[in-house]
Amino acid sequence: MTVMSDTALQAAPATKARGYWATVGRRISRDKVSMVCALVLVLIFASALLAPWLGLADPYQGSMIRRLRHIGTPNYPLGTDELGRDMLARLIYGGRLSLIIGILPVIFAFVIGTSLGLVAGYVGGRLNTAIMRTIDVFYAFPSVLLAIAISGALGAGIVNSIVSLTIVFVPQITRVAESVTTGVRNMDFVEAARASGAGPFTIMRVHMLGNVLGPIFVYATGLISVSMILAAGLSFLGLGTKPPEPEWGLMLNTLRTAIYVNPWVAALPGVMIFAVSICFNLLSDGMRSAMDIRN
Amino acid sequence: MLVFAYIARRIVYVIPIVLSVALVCFLLVHITPGDPLVAVLPADASQELAAQMRTAYGFDRPLPVQFGLWLWRAIHGDLGSSIATGRPVLTEVLRAVGNTVTLAVAAALIGFTLGLLFGLIAGYFRDTWIDKVATSVAIAGVSVPHYWLGMVMVIIFSVQLNWLPAVGAGPGGSGAWGWDWEHMKYLILPAITTSVIPMGIVTRTVRALTGDILSQDFVEALRAKGLRELDVFKHVIKNAAPTALAVMGLQLGYMLGGSILIETVFSWPGSGLLLNSAIFQRDLPLLQGTILVLALFFVALNLLVDIAQAAIDPRIKRG
Repeated sequence: MTVMSDTALQAAPATKARGYWATVGRRISRDKVSMVCALVLVLIFASALLAPWLGLADPYQGSMIRRLRHIGTPNYPLGTDELGRDMLARLIYGGRLSLIIGILPVIFAFVIGTSLGLVAGYVGGRLNTAIMRTIDVFYAFPSVLLAIAISGALGAGIVNSIVSLTIVFVPQITRVAESVTTGVRNMDFVEAARASGAGPFTIMRVHMLGNVLGPIFVYATGLISVSMILAAGLSFLGLGTKPPEPEWGLMLNTLRTAIYVNPWVAALPGVMIFAVSICFNLLSDGMRSAMDIRN
Repeated sequence: MLVFAYIARRIVYVIPIVLSVALVCFLLVHITPGDPLVAVLPADASQELAAQMRTAYGFDRPLPVQFGLWLWRAIHGDLGSSIATGRPVLTEVLRAVGNTVTLAVAAALIGFTLGLLFGLIAGYFRDTWIDKVATSVAIAGVSVPHYWLGMVMVIIFSVQLNWLPAVGAGPGGSGAWGWDWEHMKYLILPAITTSVIPMGIVTRTVRALTGDILSQDFVEALRAKGLRELDVFKHVIKNAAPTALAVMGLQLGYMLGGSILIETVFSWPGSGLLLNSAIFQRDLPLLQGTILVLALFFVALNLLVDIAQAAIDPRIKRG
């Protein structure tokens, strides 16, 4: 007995040091929904990444004699599009651009918004007012309208679409980062760091960042869902990718004319957007409840 | 008294927001690649003509002066003329906004009713199968690319079943709206499609609110003193109302301002479709004007929601 409790005592600090994130990781790995979503996302990402080595048909090679084949046609498991290109190949290759233009804006906004929010929340005062009131201006536009206004003014193109979505998401992440930072700023351990002579940058980098990143990261994961829909939406309108690139939003646009001939092939690219979007949403929910240790 | 002070402060606070919104709309034209004149001038215009037009449109003046002039005209209802049609921008925008409002209100009726219903049920029966169904519907609603859903609706109800028209807002392709079945048929698919996102968001919000309120001590106290479940329910509603109202107001604003994708799918002749044609015809005055009007609608709606929230929530004592 004594031996056992001794080992338990020795083990205790070790488990405690692994601490919070290990617990969160364990909780999320037990959540079936999150794990299924993660698996689906890994499959979609991996197939997009490895597309050239999967033995797929050429996603650019069309043929006038085999346009709009139905799902299940031999050699064309998911049919062909309006120019006779293999849908399976285009959907898998399409993941490359679609995922890039959907996820990059959130990554950029995450970096910019976290920095702005951290500074605004930590420094406070006039700087906070300046940053947060500027952010408010962007909240005066519905996000779809803002994305389309900027994209529409800049003109069509992948870079412009990424820029416009980044501008849409920076204010949202900044707000979250600022409110989390303000909550952490007055905690005792920050006070202690300040008392021990740490400068503002050291405090922000070493003591605050680790404590605010979690909630911001969860929020950003949920934003990827919105970003995927909006990025593909811009391409769907003709403001993003240009033909003949395979990209889900653009494919949906060019296949719109085919809904009377082969409706279900026309709807396929949307299924991919939906799948990625819902998986990121559910994953974000899963992380949020895994990080909420109180329950 | 506090409420009135809050409302007054809130109204004053709107002024800088409106000015900044105007500034952003003004600058939109100036972030376009190349000269803003490109859209107005014929491709083979001479140097002199270009210079003349630049003076005529005032593009040769310093930016702050241009902004001042533009703002002064905008305040007087002059947003310039559409390059494509030559008609005043304000007339074009206001006519289109009417159709967007019709669509947004119809979608709000569907989305908010279902969202409130699902949210309350899910909140009351937490962690039961009913909750799981409602939550799944909600998460699907917020994750679905709504323009794709619109296409799928058209495929099912127009192409396959031939029940409802696929595009337009009335028989014969007319843009004029009327409150009869012939016109209503055109509204059903776009309204259902638009309602999906607000349905999902309202469900999630109301579910979380209801759950939180039901776990609070005062509900326990109400039950302990023998209140019937229906009366407890009234208290839940009362406590959830301000936040739910704010979320619904915001959603209505998103539907009004973010209608471009749905309107493109259904060729619904609203402000979104107008915006679409403004973008692709490089009709910059129309683009600028439409965005300005839609953003001002959104700001006004937010103000109304805040005031309504302050009026119905006795707890609001904002500093």
